[in-house]
Parts: sequence; C-alpha cells; structure tokens
Amino acid sequence: MKNAEEIFEILKAKFGEVIIELISDKPAESYITVAPLEIDKVCLFLRDEDELDFKSLMNLSGVDDANGEKVKDENDNEIIQGGTLSVFYHLESINQKHKITLKVSTDRDNPEVASVEEVWRAADWHEREAYDMFGIKFLNHHNLIRILMPYDWEGGYPLRKDYQNPEFYKGMKVPY
Amino acid sequence: MALKTEEMVLNMGPQHPSTHGVLRLELVIEGELIKDVIPHIGYLHRCFEKHCEVMTYPQIIPYTDRMDYLASMSNEFGYVVAMERLMGIELPERVEYIRVIMAELQRIASHLVALGTYGADIGAFTPFLFCFRDREKILNLFEITCGARLLYNYMWIGGVSHDLHPDFIRLTKAFIKEFRPNLKELNDLLTFNQIFIDRTANVGILPAETAINYGITGPNLRASGVNWDLRINDPYSVYDRFDFTIPVGNGEKGTVGDCWDRYYMRILEMEESLKIIEQAIDQIPDGDVSSAIPKRVKPPEGQIYARVENPRGELGYFIVSNGSLNPARVKVRAPSFVNMEVFGELCKGHLVADVVAILGSIDIVLGEIDR
Repeated sequence: MKNAEEIFEILKAKFGEVIIELISDKPAESYITVAPLEIDKVCLFLRDEDELDFKSLMNLSGVDDANGEKVKDENDNEIIQGGTLSVFYHLESINQKHKITLKVSTDRDNPEVASVEEVWRAADWHEREAYDMFGIKFLNHHNLIRILMPYDWEGGYPLRKDYQNPEFYKGMKVPY
Repeated sequence: MALKTEEMVLNMGPQHPSTHGVLRLELVIEGELIKDVIPHIGYLHRCFEKHCEVMTYPQIIPYTDRMDYLASMSNEFGYVVAMERLMGIELPERVEYIRVIMAELQRIASHLVALGTYGADIGAFTPFLFCFRDREKILNLFEITCGARLLYNYMWIGGVSHDLHPDFIRLTKAFIKEFRPNLKELNDLLTFNQIFIDRTANVGILPAETAINYGITGPNLRASGVNWDLRINDPYSVYDRFDFTIPVGNGEKGTVGDCWDRYYMRILEMEESLKIIEQAIDQIPDGDVSSAIPKRVKPPEGQIYARVENPRGELGYFIVSNGSLNPARVKVRAPSFVNMEVFGELCKGHLVADVVAILGSIDIVLGEIDR
C-alpha cells in the first residue's frame, strides 16, 4: 500500500518532465497532474508495475475548468475563449489496496488527450462520454463517437460552461 | 454445393420487454449465433449532470433518486457521503445506523426486482410475483419512514429528513421473520430449478481478469470469484461494525462467473443484508437525526470522489466544488453504465435466446446508464 507522495516519487523518477506536480490540499483529494499526450504510457506503467498494480479504473471524468477569457459572440451570447479542459482518472489497485487520482489538462480550443482505452477497457465508454459532453478528443480511441447524445447531434458539447442550446434539431424546436 | 451464408443485423429494442428500459441492441448474427452485440444507449438521457450545475447541493438529492430508480436510497447515500467528506461533517451515530438499515433494505428490494424480472425474462413468471410481494413490504417500510415509496429524498447532507417511525423497528423485525422462509421458497422455486440452471449455467462466462479490466463491480464482479465489496474493502458509514460475509462465486452449477453465479450472488447477498439489518436494529442508539444538517451547504473549493456499494456495484460521485453554492461539476460513475460495456464480449458465440439471459444476469437499470 502506497500513498500519493510515494507514487508520485516513483512516477517522477521514471517519467521526469511528463509528471508535472502533486497537488494536495485537504479536505479535497490529492492528485498528480500529467502531460495529456503521455497519459497512456503513464497509465500502462501504473497498471503493469507490480508494486503499483493499478488494475482497475474506477472513474474517468471530463471537467470544464472555465478558466478562459469570457467574450461575447455575434449573437451576444457569452462564450469562453482559451483556457483548459481537464480529465480526471481515478485508479485503484484491488491487490495493493491503494488509490490514486491523475489529472490532465488540455487546451480548450484543441483538446487532445491520449486514450487509455487500451490500458483499461473500462475507459472506452467513459472516454466516449467525455468526448460527447466536452469535445475532448482521445487520440487512438478505436470508436470515438457520441454515446448519450444522438449520433448526429451538431449542437455542440453540452457540458461545456458556455454551451448554448441549438434552436432546431432536425427541424424540431429544441427549447420547449 | 455449399449453402450461401451471410451475417445479418437484428435490432432488439429500443422498446423490448427484456431490455429493462429503453435500450437498443444491435445484434450481428449468423443464423442463431451471435457474432457481435453493439449496445446503443442514451434514450433516457435527462442531462442530470448539467442540471446539477445550476442547482444548490441539497436540491440535487431528489435528482439522484431518479438515476437508479430501483435503488434510490443507495443513490442518495453515495451523494451525501461524498458531500459530507468534502465538507468534513461529523454525523450523529443514529443517522449512520438509519442509513445503513435503509440502504440494506433497499439492496434487498432491488435484488428482488432483479431476480424476479430475470426469472420472467427467461420464462419463469411465478417467481416474479413472489419477489414483488416481498418487495412491497419493504416499500411499505419506506413509506412509513418518509412518505414515499420509490423516490424518497430521505437522506440529506448531514442527516436524514425524518426520524424512524415508532413502529419501524417492530415492523422491520416482522419483515425479516417473514422474509427468511420466503427466500428459501424462492430457492426451491427458481434457483435450484433444473430448467433454470440449464438456461443459465455455463452461459455468459465472465473471467475475473476481464471483469477487472472492464471495471465491473458489485455482484457481477464477485460472481467471477473476486472478493471485493466496498462495504468491507473501503468502508464508509458504520459498515465496519457489522459482522457479515461477502459471497463469492465458485461455479457451483457450471463455471465461475456464469449467469447462474451472478444470479446466485444476489440471493446470498440478501441473506447477508438481513444479518446487517438485524445487527443495526439491535445496536441503533438514540439521538437527534437533524442536528448535523448544515443551514447553508457551501463546501470549500476542491474535488472529491466518493463511492458506495450500490446493489449493482460501485456507485461513485465525482464532485468538483468551486466554493460557491452550486457544484462546478458532478460526474456519476454509474455501476450499470460500466457493467454494460462488457455485454458484447459476454454474448459472442452464444445463441440469440441467451442474449436475454445474459442481459438479465448483469441487472442493468437504464435510468442510471443514461442519467
């Protein structure tokens, strides 16, 4: 059983620059921030290293940090420019009985994160959901299509903070 | 001359009695054999997570009820546990015991629906009525507690909405006494029925390694032989004070991790839940159930992931707070959502009729898959 500091040290020694920092502020959980395009390698290491043994992915969640610049578009709606979108990974080891949270932040205007679907099959639908809701592109995902929204939804990504309901979907009025 | 064969796509659902809700399965079949199954979900998407961002923290509780509508108490439990950890609220002992009693009663009620409908799915209709008869008694207990039978809004951040009804303990004891023999009746009627065993044993085998990689939790994981239950392995509330065991699948009628094992785990879990309720009723202290409810719910900035053992598996709430009255993000890790992913894998190589048997054994609720 290892705590977040020990896991951070192991990762830092192995990956160097890719592992950015360990953030711990009680009572919230501590988490390790990782470079978005290298997360798949870090996760593979976390899964296969015997002393870490993170065989299961509990949860994967997209978050809109909404830390960009708020501007008005041509229809006078407030939209957010720049800033970041984040993905949180909650990992767990059933044998070693420890947990860790990873976070990657990616550019909001071109959100790209390496997919961990090959590492844990559980990530497949979670990543599709994050793509569906936030538009985060998971590189190398085998089937990155919408999951909860209609497949042909063109109204944007609903869980982004500046999401506007489209007026029509296939000729049907959307706001009721 | 060889006969020409080709694959065919068959749509099952969205409206189909055995999909337990609105789910469309795209079956790729070759004759009677399943080549692939592609589940299409989202028909019940109600934007739960988007709603959360415009509501205050206590207002979210009624919405959590509506995700897994067969286990509303357990859904509330997960949410309030997450919020209390984030805010650092100490609970009165009585509240913890009440919550455990409710969650375990809910587990029995939920498993009864799962088992009853499973029987009905594959052709045994009578057990369904037996199960619903018993579930009704649990719903009556909930009704005298908080006035609602399905969607309770009972567990609040820092407490519960009402103290136990004066008759609750007596009626619960009576229920346990009645229910134990009924469980045996259900075993005689369905569990050890040879026709039922033939339909379910050695069907849809889920090996432990695959289950863990797919993130399967709850009775489905334990049926594959993995001893993992959050009530023991990551204890929350007062579960560490009770004496109970975690049933694990051993392939009694077929192979470890087959449909029969997944079914049987739920039967065994109901017995364990009865034990927990009995102990909780004996130990429950007196006290005020609303003393720790905060007047204003304004958690500090930060994020938390808290999880509880729902009847269907690990129910996790990931809550990001920005220090205001509304959450910045609520993500629900719904057990059915994750358990459903492995479904296509389980069906490959089986017959069309087995799809229904496998789906029923996973025990999904579309309300929480689509949220």
